[in-house]
Amino acid sequence: MSGPALRRWLVPAAALSCFAAIVLSVRAEIRLGERRSAYEDMSRDNKAMQDDDTANPGMLAVLDGEALWRAKAGGAGKSCADCHGDPEEKMKGVAARYPAFDAAAGRPLNLEQRINVCRERQLNASPFSYESRELLALTAYLGLQSRGEPVAPPEDPRLTPYREKGRELYNQRIGQLNLACVHCHDDNWGKSLAGNKIPQAHPTGYPIYRLEWQSLGSLQRRLRNCMIGMRAEPYTYGAAEYVDMELYLMWRARGMKVETPAVRP
Amino acid sequence: MTTPARTLINVPKNAKRGEVIAIKSLISHLMETGFRHDNMGRGIPRDIITSLVCTYNGEEIFNATLHPAIAANPFITFHTVATESGTISFKWTGDNGFVAEASAKITVA
Amino acid sequence: MADSINTIIPGRSRSERTRNPDTASGSALDSGGATRRAFLAAAGGASLALVVRPAQATPETMAAAIRQVVGEASVKPGKIKLDLPPLVENGNTVAMSVSVQSPMTAKDHVKAIHVFTEKNPQPNVISVKLGPRAGKAEISTRIRLADTQNIVAVCEMSDGSFWSDKIEVIITLGACLEDLI
Repeated sequence: MSGPALRRWLVPAAALSCFAAIVLSVRAEIRLGERRSAYEDMSRDNKAMQDDDTANPGMLAVLDGEALWRAKAGGAGKSCADCHGDPEEKMKGVAARYPAFDAAAGRPLNLEQRINVCRERQLNASPFSYESRELLALTAYLGLQSRGEPVAPPEDPRLTPYREKGRELYNQRIGQLNLACVHCHDDNWGKSLAGNKIPQAHPTGYPIYRLEWQSLGSLQRRLRNCMIGMRAEPYTYGAAEYVDMELYLMWRARGMKVETPAVRP
Repeated sequence: MTTPARTLINVPKNAKRGEVIAIKSLISHLMETGFRHDNMGRGIPRDIITSLVCTYNGEEIFNATLHPAIAANPFITFHTVATESGTISFKWTGDNGFVAEASAKITVA
Repeated sequence: MADSINTIIPGRSRSERTRNPDTASGSALDSGGATRRAFLAAAGGASLALVVRPAQATPETMAAAIRQVVGEASVKPGKIKLDLPPLVENGNTVAMSVSVQSPMTAKDHVKAIHVFTEKNPQPNVISVKLGPRAGKAEISTRIRLADTQNIVAVCEMSDGSFWSDKIEVIITLGACLEDLI
C-alpha cells in the first residue's frame, strides 16, 4: 500500500483498536481481594469529616434516630425500644445483614421497609415516607450499630431468585446513554470521570451524607441519581427493583466493613 | 420548621485553669443560600443561620456572623481559655426567626 | 511595592474604591457607571430583572466588601494563615481553617477575623469576633465555593492593624450554581 493510502487507513485503524481495547478490557466482576470502599479515594478533609463523630453531619441524624427509637408512636402506644431494647446490644450487626427475606411479605425487604412494616404491624403507626427525616434518622441510627461489622448477607435460599434479578438489573443497559452499572463500576472503577474517581459502588455506608446533596440520603436516592445520570426514567421509591439491586450490591460487598453514616462527595 | 434543629456540641468535660480548650459545634440546618432554583425555575428564598454566639458563665467568648457561603449543617470550631467551672452556652439565630440553643458544663480544676 | 490591599486588585486606584463603598454591583465603579445607572433607571429595573444573570461576586465586589470592614486602613499580607485544600472534589463542603499568630493578651490580641471569596454569588463568608478570652486565634468551619477562585482572610488586631492571606482553590464541582435533583 502506498504512503497516502496507508495513512488514510491509519487513523480509523488506530481508533478501532483503541475502542476494541476499551471494550475488550472488560474486567467483569471485581475480585474479592481487589474491592475497596470509596472512602479510600476521598480527600484527607472528607475522610476526617467521616471519621470524626463530632464533625460528621450524619451523626445529627443518628441523634434524631435515637430519640425516635425511644418515642412512643401509633395506636399501640409503644416505642421501638419497648420490644427491641437498647440497640447497642440488641441491634448490633442487624443492618449489616439487610435486605432480608420477610415471610409475610413473601419477598426480601430492605431496612427502610422493615422499619415501616414494624411500625404498621407492631406499633399500629403509619409508615414513614421514603427519604423522610425520620426514616433516614432511624436507618442511620441502626446502621451505626453495625459500624465496623462486616457486611453479612444472609445465607437464605429464598433470597437467591431476587439476588439474581438484582444482578440482571446491574448488568442491564438503561437510558439514553445506554450503559449498565457494570460498565462504570466493574469495568472502569478507579478511572477518572468528570474529575472524580469512579467508585466500585459498594453500599457500605448508607444512609450517606453526600456533599452534593448537602443532606443524608438513602441508597435508593443514590440509585435514582445514577439512573437520571444515564438519562433513564428512575423507578419509583420503594420499587422492588431497588431492593433486588440492593440485595445484589450487598452480596457483592460481603465482608467489607459497614461505615454508616458515611460521607461521600 | 416545627421540629427543633438537632445540635451536637463538643466541650471538654474537664480542664485545667488557664488551659486553652477547643470547642466544636455542629447544628442541622439546610443553609438555603437563596441562589438556588426549584424544578419550576422559581427561586428558593434564602434561609440561613446568621449568627452563633457563645457565652461562658454569661460572658461572651465567641461571636460569628454567618453568610450563605457557610456549608449546610454548619460546623464551627474555636478556642477559649478555661477560666472557671460552669456552663458554656451556644445560641444560633437565623432567618425566619430561627433560634436554637445548647449548653455544656465544664469543670475547671 | 505597596504591600496593601491595592496589590490584590491590580489596576484599581484608591480614590476610585473609596468613592462608592456601598455599591452592590461592580459596574458602578467603572467609568461608564453613571450612564449605565441612568439607563437602568429609565428602563425600569423590574422589567430587566428577568434577563439579568444571577449575582456573582467579582474581585471588585470582594474588594468593596473588604473595604467595608477595614475602612481606610491598609491591609498587609502576613500574620494570618488561611488553610484550605488546594483541590476540592465538591465545592459544597470545603474544610477551612484560619489562624493568626498572636499571644491573645489584653494588650495584643486578634479582635476579628473575616473571610471573603472572589467568585461566589456574594463575597462574604464569615466574620468572627474574638478577644483575649479565646486563648488561641484559630477557627475552622466548612464553606461553599462556587468556582475555582481566590479566598481572602483578613484579621483585625487590637492595635487597629489589618493583615491578610490569600489562597487559590481549584474546584471540581461547584456549589451554589447547581440546582436540586
